[in-house]
Amino acid sequence: MIHCVLHDPEDSVAVVVVEGVKAGQTLTGLILDENRTITLPCVQDIPLGHKVALKDMNVGDTVIKYGVDIGKVVAPIKTGQHAHVHNIKTKRW
Amino acid sequence: MQITFQGYRRDNGRVGVRNHVIVLPVDDLSNTAAEAVANNVKGTLAIPHPYGRLQFGADLDLHFRTLIGAGSNPNVAAVVVIGIEEGWTKRVVDGIATTGKPVTGFGIELHGDHDTIMRASKIAKEYLQYASEQQRVECALEDLWVSCKCGESDTTSGCGSNPTVGNAFDKLYDIGCTLVFGETTELTGGEQIVASRCRDDKVRADFMRVFDRYQEVINRHKTSDLSDSQPTKGNIAGGLTTIEEKALGNIQKIGKKCVVDGVLDKAEMPSHAGLWFMDSSSAAAEMVTLCAAAGFVVHFFPTGQGNVIGNPILPVIKICANPRTVRLMPEHIDVDVSGITRREINMDQAGDRLLDMMFRTANGRLTAAEALGHREFVLTRLYESA
Repeated sequence: MIHCVLHDPEDSVAVVVVEGVKAGQTLTGLILDENRTITLPCVQDIPLGHKVALKDMNVGDTVIKYGVDIGKVVAPIKTGQHAHVHNIKTKRW
Repeated sequence: MQITFQGYRRDNGRVGVRNHVIVLPVDDLSNTAAEAVANNVKGTLAIPHPYGRLQFGADLDLHFRTLIGAGSNPNVAAVVVIGIEEGWTKRVVDGIATTGKPVTGFGIELHGDHDTIMRASKIAKEYLQYASEQQRVECALEDLWVSCKCGESDTTSGCGSNPTVGNAFDKLYDIGCTLVFGETTELTGGEQIVASRCRDDKVRADFMRVFDRYQEVINRHKTSDLSDSQPTKGNIAGGLTTIEEKALGNIQKIGKKCVVDGVLDKAEMPSHAGLWFMDSSSAAAEMVTLCAAAGFVVHFFPTGQGNVIGNPILPVIKICANPRTVRLMPEHIDVDVSGITRREINMDQAGDRLLDMMFRTANGRLTAAEALGHREFVLTRLYESA
C-alpha cells in the first residue's frame, strides 16, 4: 500500500495520500516519476494531503519538492514529522 | 485516439459544443429585465453580473471585451443584449454581430422594464426557435478550444489531477488544438519553469513582463505575505504550505511537452492554434469567465479540496485525485483519478480518461456543474469606477 508520494528522488518532503496515517507507522513512499518505492518512519499523525519530512532540517534550510525550492524552514523538522505552515514559510512576498 | 466530435459549426467557422440563447445585461441595472426575459422564454439563459457603470479606460475595455467575447463564444447560438441606455448596448451588439450570429439589443431608458421585457421576450422566443433547428455536425478535434484552471487545490492536485490535465494537454497540443492556461500570481516560484517552456525569446519576454507586473500589484497592495490568500485557507487545510509549492503543482497542467506559443491579455482571443498563457486572476470564476470570453468551449478544472464552480457558457469538467473529496462530494466530480496514487492507473491512462470525458462533454453530456446549475459569471475589474 502506498502511503505517500514523492515527485523527485531528491525531495525533502513527501505527500501523504491516504487517510489515517499515525505516529509509529512505517510508510511506503512512491517516487512518481520513477515508479519505485521507498520506506520511511512516521513519528506524528499526518492528515491526507499533508507532508511528511524525509530528512532532518534546520531553520533556514531550503525545502525541496518537485526537485525545486518550495520555501524555507522556520522551525526545526525531524525525519518523519509533519511539515507544514508551522515549520515552513514562503521565500516570496 | 478519437479525432472527431459532434459540435455546432457557427457562421464564422468556429465550433461550439453547446447551443445557448443568452440574455446578456450590459450593466447591473439591466439584470432584472434580463432575468425576466429568461423567465418568459424558458430555455434561454440570463447572465446577470454586478458591473458596467462608470467604468473607464482599460477597465471599461475589459468589460466590453468580456461581454462581447461571451456573446461571441461558439457555445452561444444567439444573443439578446439589454442595457440601461442604447449607446453602450449597441457597442456590445455590434461586437457580437461580427460573428454573424443573431443578436439584438434593447435600451431600457424611455421604455421602462415592462416594455423592454416585452420587446426583448419576442426576439428571445424567435432566437430560441432558431437555435432549436441548429444541428450538431461532425467536427475535427483541432476545432476544439480547451482551457484549464484549477481550484481549491491541495497536494493531490500536484501529484494527480493537474498532471492528468498536463497529459491530456500534451496529446491535444500534438493534434493542433487551441489551449490556454493562466493564473499569473499562482506561477510564483515556478515562473522560470514556464519561461523555459516559451516558444522563443519574444514570448518569454511577454510572459515575464505580465508576470512581473502582477508581482508589482501584489507588492503594492499586500498587508502580509498573502499567506491567507495565496495559498488559500482551503489550500492550507489540504496540505499546501507555500505559494511556491502551489505554483509547482499548478504548472503540472501544461504537461511535459507542449510549448507556450503566446501570451494573451485578459479575455483576448488567440490568433492561432497552440498553447497560450493568459494574464489572469487565479480566482476560479474570474479566470473561467475570461476563458469563455476568449472563445474557449470546454474547460478542464482539476480540484483537490472540492471547488464547485461552473460557468453559464463554458462547460467545466472537474477532475479530482483526492480520495476523500471524491467520496464526500461525488456529485461535483466528472473524472475520478484518485487511482493514480494507489497505483491503479498511470498518468497516461488518467489523461485518456479525461479525454474520454472531454469527448462525451463536447458531444453533449452535461458536466456535473451544468447538471447542478452552477453558472458563475464573474467579471474581472482592474480598478475603481469613476
